[in-house]
Amino acid sequence: MNEVTKIDGIGSSVRRTEDKKFLTGKGRYTDDINKPGQVQAYFLRSDVAHAEIKSIDTKAAQSAPGVVGVFTGSDIAADKIGGPICGWVVPCRDGSSTKEPPHPLLAQGKVRFVGDAVAVVVAETMEQAKSAAELIDVDYNELTPVVDFVNADKGAQIHEEVPNNCYFDWELGDESATNKAIESAAKVVKLSVRNNRLVPNAMEPRSALAEYDSLDESYTLHTTSQNPHLTRLVLAAFMFAIPESKLRVIAPDVGGGFGSKIYVYIEEAVCVWASKKIGRPVKWTADRTQAFLTDCHGRDHVNDVQLALDDNNKIIGLRVDTVCNLGAYLSAFSVVVPTILHGTLLSGQYDIPAIYTNVKGMATNTVNVDAYRGAGRPEATYLLERTMETAAKEVGMDPAEFRRINFIPKDAFPYQTQVALQYDIGDYEPHLDKAMEMIDYSNFEKRRAEAAKRGMYRGIGMSSYIEACGLAPSAVVGALGGRVGQWESASVRVNPTGTISVFTGSHSHGQGHATTFAQIVADKLGIPMENVEVIHGDTDKTPFGMGSYGSRSLASGGSAISKAVDKIINKSKKIAAHLLEASEDDIDFKDGKFVVGGTDKEKAFGEIALAAYVPHNYPLETLEPGLEENAFYDPTNFVFPSGTHIAEVEIDPATGVVEVVDWAACDDFGNLVNPMIVEGQVHGGIAQGIGQALLEDAHYDENGQLLTASYMDYCMPRADDLPSFKVGYTNTPCTHNDLGVKGCGEAGAIASPPALINAVIDALSPLGVTDMSMPATPQKVWKAIQESQSVAAE
Amino acid sequence: MYSTKYIKPNSTSEALEAIKSMGEGKFLAGGMTLIPTLKQRLASPDGLVDISGCDLDSISDEGDTIKIGAMTKHASVAESGLVNKAIPALAKLADGIGDRQVRNRGTLGGSVANNDPSACYPSAVLALKAIVHTNTRSIQADEFFTGMFETALEENEIIEAISFSKPTKANYVKFPNPASRYAMVGVFVAQFNDGVRVAVTGAGEGGVFRHAEMEAALSSNYNADALSALEISSEGLISDLHASPEYRANLIKEMTKRAVV
Repeated sequence: MNEVTKIDGIGSSVRRTEDKKFLTGKGRYTDDINKPGQVQAYFLRSDVAHAEIKSIDTKAAQSAPGVVGVFTGSDIAADKIGGPICGWVVPCRDGSSTKEPPHPLLAQGKVRFVGDAVAVVVAETMEQAKSAAELIDVDYNELTPVVDFVNADKGAQIHEEVPNNCYFDWELGDESATNKAIESAAKVVKLSVRNNRLVPNAMEPRSALAEYDSLDESYTLHTTSQNPHLTRLVLAAFMFAIPESKLRVIAPDVGGGFGSKIYVYIEEAVCVWASKKIGRPVKWTADRTQAFLTDCHGRDHVNDVQLALDDNNKIIGLRVDTVCNLGAYLSAFSVVVPTILHGTLLSGQYDIPAIYTNVKGMATNTVNVDAYRGAGRPEATYLLERTMETAAKEVGMDPAEFRRINFIPKDAFPYQTQVALQYDIGDYEPHLDKAMEMIDYSNFEKRRAEAAKRGMYRGIGMSSYIEACGLAPSAVVGALGGRVGQWESASVRVNPTGTISVFTGSHSHGQGHATTFAQIVADKLGIPMENVEVIHGDTDKTPFGMGSYGSRSLASGGSAISKAVDKIINKSKKIAAHLLEASEDDIDFKDGKFVVGGTDKEKAFGEIALAAYVPHNYPLETLEPGLEENAFYDPTNFVFPSGTHIAEVEIDPATGVVEVVDWAACDDFGNLVNPMIVEGQVHGGIAQGIGQALLEDAHYDENGQLLTASYMDYCMPRADDLPSFKVGYTNTPCTHNDLGVKGCGEAGAIASPPALINAVIDALSPLGVTDMSMPATPQKVWKAIQESQSVAAE
Repeated sequence: MYSTKYIKPNSTSEALEAIKSMGEGKFLAGGMTLIPTLKQRLASPDGLVDISGCDLDSISDEGDTIKIGAMTKHASVAESGLVNKAIPALAKLADGIGDRQVRNRGTLGGSVANNDPSACYPSAVLALKAIVHTNTRSIQADEFFTGMFETALEENEIIEAISFSKPTKANYVKFPNPASRYAMVGVFVAQFNDGVRVAVTGAGEGGVFRHAEMEAALSSNYNADALSALEISSEGLISDLHASPEYRANLIKEMTKRAVV
């Protein structure tokens, strides 16, 4: 047993057990599932960004071949079906709350972005539905689109309920103390940065298959969701006003989410509605163009930063004024991302005595913006770490040393920041030191000089990030405007032969939960991992759960599993005590065996399981038979992963091409359950961060047309854009969960963009370049070099 | 896509018969552009005439030229011993088009007939003094490309093969569009006894073009240094999200320098 624990338990890089089906093309995604009598839905979408709908004529479409039904917003309104809701709101500076305009399932009177659904055609085949949709005649009265979110307050009003196109104007921190610090500072470093807009691009486009059973008046929805229970809750309680028991939501294999599949989208709701209306199962699957146009985008901030320093280059204050683009409608977490998940992170790893931030969330005629891998934390880290590097250069300090003197010292934990969060634990110098060692920081100037001989500009840049994930205690979430809890659930069922079925409220869409969660159970029970099966993603099977986002699955979902297993062990001890005729207090559980302390009397875990289900010799008077426990785990705090990433680049001045030549990532994720899976998460996160920093940019033109609506123009990172990553760890175990774990899913995407842009600027610093916006495309870098040379020539 | 007829004849003459029988028919070669266009419902031809069965995929050494059948796939050109020996730059170009899947579907004739301004092959056709053989005539490269997505091909004219002249030296260097990896600028440089030809793809508003100044400079001195003093005009160059005309002008010069080795 000892050996099994060593191979399969916590800390082992076990290969992912779920990969066999994915690698052999046997994954079963929503679009792979078909029902007898199924019909296809196709959405006619607005091709203009902002317009009143004067009329919609669906007559020709209704009688087109294969058409089963054509519906518009008025049909939805007639049935009183509500739209998606906002899951988290914040108060405004003027005392009002976030403005929440309705988001109809199909446009009612107005379209607000290119891609807004105007009508749905349901037909026998997708091609018939598309052909019929071409016959629908929509007469628009076009309005001036609002695209530039920084000036959206001056644009045409998009929603009646949202004056000046401002959903909210929120603040956090002590404004007067911060301004005082800035006024009295020896130096104030000012920087304006833009966090570029991204398209999530999950490999599997969104899909939904809804089926209505008229006999028991219930619905089954297969959908691409990161959190099927939340989808059920929102659809049942807020949109359809039906009992939750009458809606089963299944999120089968889901091919990536990155945040974009957290929310309830209008398409899945329309499929549910239409399945009853038509009386046949209704399927919809997005093509890639629809994914570009209608999946919630990410980021899209502009941040003005002022960092106040004293004579010793210690930070004495930080002010950040942010304007962010939330798009045409408020999506579920669109408000919390740029506020609670952004403003509270502004202290970073630093001891900052005064912080103030103001965030304005703007409406525009672009698709909704919501959480995308990191969600608020990348934006906070980007502005802070760009400012830290800029400040170091301005005061003439090595960026590492400037960070070091401003780090929260390791004896200051728990550390109360000036922006609400209390960090339970951390130790920042070790990961800075280790990352510097991994990339051979001390010899960088030699490498720069060698590159210069080849005509290349070499640069190095770093980023010391912190993130808050998990997320938080439900009471705190509620106090901050959240409308959901943030606990996670688990049900652990011991089968009679001692195998285990784990039902988790977390949802895996690539994270490897089937492996990681099984390792936790195997480790705690001392049984082989292959005896543990993990079930997720079906509201009829799993306990109510909050799903997966915000790097919460292990810290919250794993903790719930751990708690349920503890209950199993406690009950098993009682059974063992009975079987071994000993006192419960004398039973020790180790390596899968219950032993009477100081004796050789023992029962294996399997024997206990059998006794629980075949209770012939069992304390039935005091103990229920069976061995199955539920747990709901509500975290007592966020978890706070941190780390330092260092990027090294070479720039070809002739073309402006930035090559990422080296990368060191040293992260503190607390204890690691499966280091291989963690490393994969780090790699993927960095790849996405490099994508944001060098390649990706969602670009709308002034008419609100998405110009980057395909892979012809939207540049995703590819393997040959990436270096081999050097990955290392430090460990300060989380103090408030049993596993001592933090979260690793988003860290790479949070840490990497500022490190990379800092490296690009460092490379070009001999030319006098001090700023570079994301993405640092070849054209942009080349232009910066040209401009610096023409300045030099003057 | 809209439903459409599909015919796969066994010879070019049958193909011509088939296309004449349709109102608005389209020849289908590798389908690398046409099929995505159909899938997006951006075209609705009455029928497709697939010419992959018309025996147009041979590669032969004709002395001064290498003759390649129109339906020869990029991968076949890239792997061809004849091409690698006589015009390695052409094999290199073919090996750099798209990805493995595209190279095993896409064809020389399809690419040249489509004349996408970002396609690689047109630059080789122009720089290597190629002759485009059709079912009715032979067209000199300099007369073939007439504008973006436009060629001298007439209705119901099929490219059967292309003959590429063997240069004394040649090279193709492209700067890929970061997103699509089509040529944002691709330069084919070919040296012949009577001078140097430089063809630029990916950059011109009118599609592929020859660059007279660089040809003159390299004809007198086949060396990257010969280009240093040249000012490349940005006039007539494509402007898009990824590259301004000025940036493309810079890349034209830079890629040409890198091609001259």
